[in-house]
Amino acid sequence: MTTKLFGEPVQRREDARLVTGQGRYLDDLGPGALAAAFVRSPHAHARIRDIDVSAALDVEGLVAVYTWEDLPGALAEPLPLLIPHPALTHGRTAYPLAKDIVRHVGEPVVMVVAEDRYLAEDACALIEVEYEFLKPVVGVEEAAQGVHLVHEDVPGNVGAHMVQEVPSRDGRSAAEAIDAAPHLLEFRLDIERSACMPLEGKGVYARWDADDGSLRVYSSTQTSTSVRMAVAAKLGLPLPKVEVIAPDVGGGFGVKIVHPWPEEILVPWAARTLGREVKWTEDRREHFVSSAHERAQVQHVRVGFDDDGRVLGLDVTILHDHGAYTPYGIIVPIITSTQLLGPYKIGAYRVEFSSIYTNTVQVTPYRGAGRPQAVFCMERTLDRVAAYLGKDRTEVRAANFIRPDEFPYDQGLIFQDGRPLIYDSGNYPESLRMLKELIGWDSFPDMKARAAAEGRRIGIGVGCYVEGTGVGPYEGGHVQITSDGRVHVSTGLTSQGQGHETVFAQIAATELGVPIERVSVVTGDTRRFGYAVGTFASRAAVMSGNAIALACRKVREKALRIAADALEADPRDLEITDGIVHVAGTPSASIPLATVAVLSNPLRYAFDEEAKRATQFSGAASMDRPPVDEGEEPGLEGRDYYSPIRSTFASGMHAAIVETDPETAEIRILRYAVVHDCGKLINPMIVEGQIHGGVAQGVGGALYEKMVYDEHGQLLNASFMDFLMPYATEVPRIETAHLETPSPLNPLGIKGAGEAGVIPVSAVIASAVEDAEGITVDRMPISPSDLHTLRLRLAQ
Amino acid sequence: MKPPPFEYHAPVSVDEALAALAETGTHGKVLAGGQSLIPLLNMRLAAPSHLVDINRVGELDTIAAGPDGVRVGALARHAAVERSAEAAAALPLLRQALALVAHPVIRNRGTVVGSLVHADPSAEMPAVLALLGGSVRLARLGGEREVAAADFFTGPMESAAEPGELAVSAFFPAPPPRSGTAFHEVARRHGDYAVAGMAALVTLDEDLRIAAARVACVSVGPGPVVIDLSDACGRRPAASVAWDAVAAAVRDRIDPEGDIHATAVYRRHLTGVLAVRALKEAAGNAGTEAAHE
Amino acid sequence: MSEGTARHVVTLVVNGVVREAAVPARRLLSDFLRHDLGLTGTHVGCEHGVCGACTVLLDGEPVRSCLTFAVTVDGHEVTTVEGLAEDGEPSPVQRGFTECHGLQCGFCTPGFLCTATAFLRDNPAPTDEEVLEAVAGNLCRCTGYQNILKAVHRAAEIQAETRGRPEPHGYGTLGGLADRGGRA
Repeated sequence: MTTKLFGEPVQRREDARLVTGQGRYLDDLGPGALAAAFVRSPHAHARIRDIDVSAALDVEGLVAVYTWEDLPGALAEPLPLLIPHPALTHGRTAYPLAKDIVRHVGEPVVMVVAEDRYLAEDACALIEVEYEFLKPVVGVEEAAQGVHLVHEDVPGNVGAHMVQEVPSRDGRSAAEAIDAAPHLLEFRLDIERSACMPLEGKGVYARWDADDGSLRVYSSTQTSTSVRMAVAAKLGLPLPKVEVIAPDVGGGFGVKIVHPWPEEILVPWAARTLGREVKWTEDRREHFVSSAHERAQVQHVRVGFDDDGRVLGLDVTILHDHGAYTPYGIIVPIITSTQLLGPYKIGAYRVEFSSIYTNTVQVTPYRGAGRPQAVFCMERTLDRVAAYLGKDRTEVRAANFIRPDEFPYDQGLIFQDGRPLIYDSGNYPESLRMLKELIGWDSFPDMKARAAAEGRRIGIGVGCYVEGTGVGPYEGGHVQITSDGRVHVSTGLTSQGQGHETVFAQIAATELGVPIERVSVVTGDTRRFGYAVGTFASRAAVMSGNAIALACRKVREKALRIAADALEADPRDLEITDGIVHVAGTPSASIPLATVAVLSNPLRYAFDEEAKRATQFSGAASMDRPPVDEGEEPGLEGRDYYSPIRSTFASGMHAAIVETDPETAEIRILRYAVVHDCGKLINPMIVEGQIHGGVAQGVGGALYEKMVYDEHGQLLNASFMDFLMPYATEVPRIETAHLETPSPLNPLGIKGAGEAGVIPVSAVIASAVEDAEGITVDRMPISPSDLHTLRLRLAQ
Repeated sequence: MKPPPFEYHAPVSVDEALAALAETGTHGKVLAGGQSLIPLLNMRLAAPSHLVDINRVGELDTIAAGPDGVRVGALARHAAVERSAEAAAALPLLRQALALVAHPVIRNRGTVVGSLVHADPSAEMPAVLALLGGSVRLARLGGEREVAAADFFTGPMESAAEPGELAVSAFFPAPPPRSGTAFHEVARRHGDYAVAGMAALVTLDEDLRIAAARVACVSVGPGPVVIDLSDACGRRPAASVAWDAVAAAVRDRIDPEGDIHATAVYRRHLTGVLAVRALKEAAGNAGTEAAHE
Repeated sequence: MSEGTARHVVTLVVNGVVREAAVPARRLLSDFLRHDLGLTGTHVGCEHGVCGACTVLLDGEPVRSCLTFAVTVDGHEVTTVEGLAEDGEPSPVQRGFTECHGLQCGFCTPGFLCTATAFLRDNPAPTDEEVLEAVAGNLCRCTGYQNILKAVHRAAEIQAETRGRPEPHGYGTLGGLADRGGRA
């Protein structure tokens, strides 16, 4: 049998508990904890005149009611602005409970704690808040006119304004390059709001240990280490007295990277104040109106190009709707503006964005994080260029590709991590070749003609992207082999369903030469690993995977050193197979890792048979050296960190064939093909799963999902009835092919895969619908009703 | 999202249920399958102070199919009616429509009569009852009345059932011989309420020409909109009907509204398309039916 | 006692075991299972009946436990994800989902497992279309469904391999309990 598990479709180790109902999600914890609920603003923009809680006080089982005025110290201050940026000149964040003014429907105003959630909601319903209405600012273009303000001290509602410009090689600005180009196109694109919408909402559960003066917090978060620091800071607790654990997390997709959510500090504070366990489990309606949305942008494009479709100059101006607050800074529009160039080398590029306040739910990254908008812009642009020149759409793309021999390729921009946007590796022409073969691009015109003869309309579309993954600053891993031969791996980074317990175990098992059954993995538990950044930006495998591999290499080196001593062999001649260290070619000269672990930790006390072998009279030690050599530490364990100089760039290309009903305008995806390159695959089964899920969310964004606000700032579809996440019946079968261009940046040669699937889908579907219908699609998502409207417009 | 408190009544007979409803009057609400009511309660969009739960009233769990039609008791679940071979034989439209009601798991619990009383203009079963000219039997302490579909659906989410009344059953009359039915709809997602939908009934004469054609439209009015299209179709075989004119006739007779899922213009257009599709299929089914005579 | 807070003793047979708790009439079956009985395997994703995460088997048939009051089903039999394993071994459906990577975060999974279990009991050799229809009422935000469809087919295979002919199901209302009714 082999212990080489890296690259194998190993079945998930999480599943045994998850398919038997033994998972532990946030709301499964703390039976008997008090329940928190919130009175949330029913208005998009209003001044709080008065809060009358008196009627609620009669509710049986009510424990506490808190408003902003009850909050002490740092809790009463605005929530942190997590990612400051020089261009974010007017960053604003909310208070944990609204102070004076509410700026979106759903903003928390009063916190209620009661014996159970039913009673807490009863009390909420009896609390009367008197509001003075202020003019709601809805819609990014209306907001940008600045007639009415979301924040009185933010002129024009502009939170941030940023320009990046990359001149052409011959020194022309984008404007000059566009003006000098043989052909020019100018147009506008729109993308509507969507949201991560994990099936499990957010949730927080806190226990205060009064005897110990310590706090344990469970949160359905994508970053337990940073929640811990935020809680300690906000509650004025010493960091070592706060533990934060991300239990099983029922999906995140970005929304749970934001922190601290108001509830993440209010619930622990209430637990400490009351001396009781307190839990808040976000319900679906709360999630719609008080978590985060994404995607909405208006883009204005000017593009100049030559007869071959090569883009000589590109100028994109983006209006980005970031909602009422900017706790996560301007990461989303930065990513849109920097990842827009995709796999292409553009003559000259200028991108300008304004990030605008509106009286709507705040905008923070959702899987893809600004890239779906970027790719929609670039790919729509190239489709228009192709249409203008009468060229095949793939030909225009190929004409603009960065060639395989041009890596590393510097796009000349500054990426979301503040570092240069330099692509490390990729093979775009090969990706496109594989994609065309997979979808049957070249034979599609025949297929289309045959369909047309039957009165059917079909169309094909294509979309390409490059995704910066594995952003820093760092992640760490800790690996310990105990005297029973078990391997305990931990990393501070959290999981929300990606299968980290499996892939990290694969890496550890491969690096250490042990059976995977002996490896256990803990993620997102600050008791086990205190230093981490979090799970986002397709970074878990790259960052923690490499950190764990490096930690394993340290442990392996130590194990071989100790084993070499015991076997009187040269460490360079040793191998580890199935958890046994042996001399290469001499299997009989061997020692199990369990024994090496025993020898690594000289003992005085024999608490079991294994330990007895490491005690001072066992005769195992050399009398010429101290029990623990200089420079050594007891135990067979190691810790290491991976901190890359910059991101690694995955890429991919998708194609789809759609059919549109000539009468009903229904849009059906007949085929969906993906060529994906995330470097070396750790577990192809899991990577495929990530792609499937991403594409499904992309289909949602392309055809079904949008957050609809009315002019009063009311979200009109805050339920699963009307926010249309696809069911199985709406998602096509996804055909995948992999290209493995290793990253030269990290020891494992891997790139991130988590977000990839979602990124180009809107662009691909728009391209295909356009092809089927012969109309111009410049706005997504597109519904049958929208398509019908476009048809009527074309007919006029 | 937890329901507000309510007093709970658990009658085991119709008499007990009627007594409870009489006692609670305007404060009482009937709980049958709960698939529409409980979401409203969970969102606290409804807060009746009394719920009369009829799930233990076994005498209401009935499906009686005969040559004249199908009478469905208040506790017959969608799934049971859908599965009933007798009901499907007497009235194929029931199964045709029920297959489009939400998803199978919802149909396991939801009741046909409950969906009629709920009177959602986007729902399928009110359209079926209206198309067939069926009726709902409303009982109250000391009496009962049979209300024709045309009088039963009084507005969006409003029916003729009054406080104190219990809809004990609904009767779906079988159409005349040589009839066929069909149900077509377009929903945003499979299983969603229809953006537009159409129940159609076509009756052929002995020469297999269309003698009568009628549709009931979903999601284009305050309730199901029944349109007689016999004249529009003309007395001719389906193959030679001027279908564009039929579609136009349908579009003329409805007054749809726009919402976040569809514009009024699209709904009007789509309703015409679906009417033609449903009528053509219904005519085909009627032809098959006639061939079996 | 204020209006509507009266407690009702609800007795269910859950996964073959008689369980009882006194709860207000408004207690949803989902909350009853999770919080009153401690069976947290049933998950709550939307509380308006759309996502299907809370699906359990009521007298063998899948229903939304968030759209059912516990008191309504007093006396009936409920199977949750915790009760799907057979003699301590994962059921064919549980195996199918594991083998085919039919879950990621696992939050929606219990609803899919319960739905698929009842489906394959009634239809042990389904077509692609039937499998699609069977799971089309459950939302999953992670998997894109492809592997879930595969998993249900795989479960059908495993069921056929391990059981030969499908057995008649052993569900049913416990007459004595169910007929008690109206105890509130």
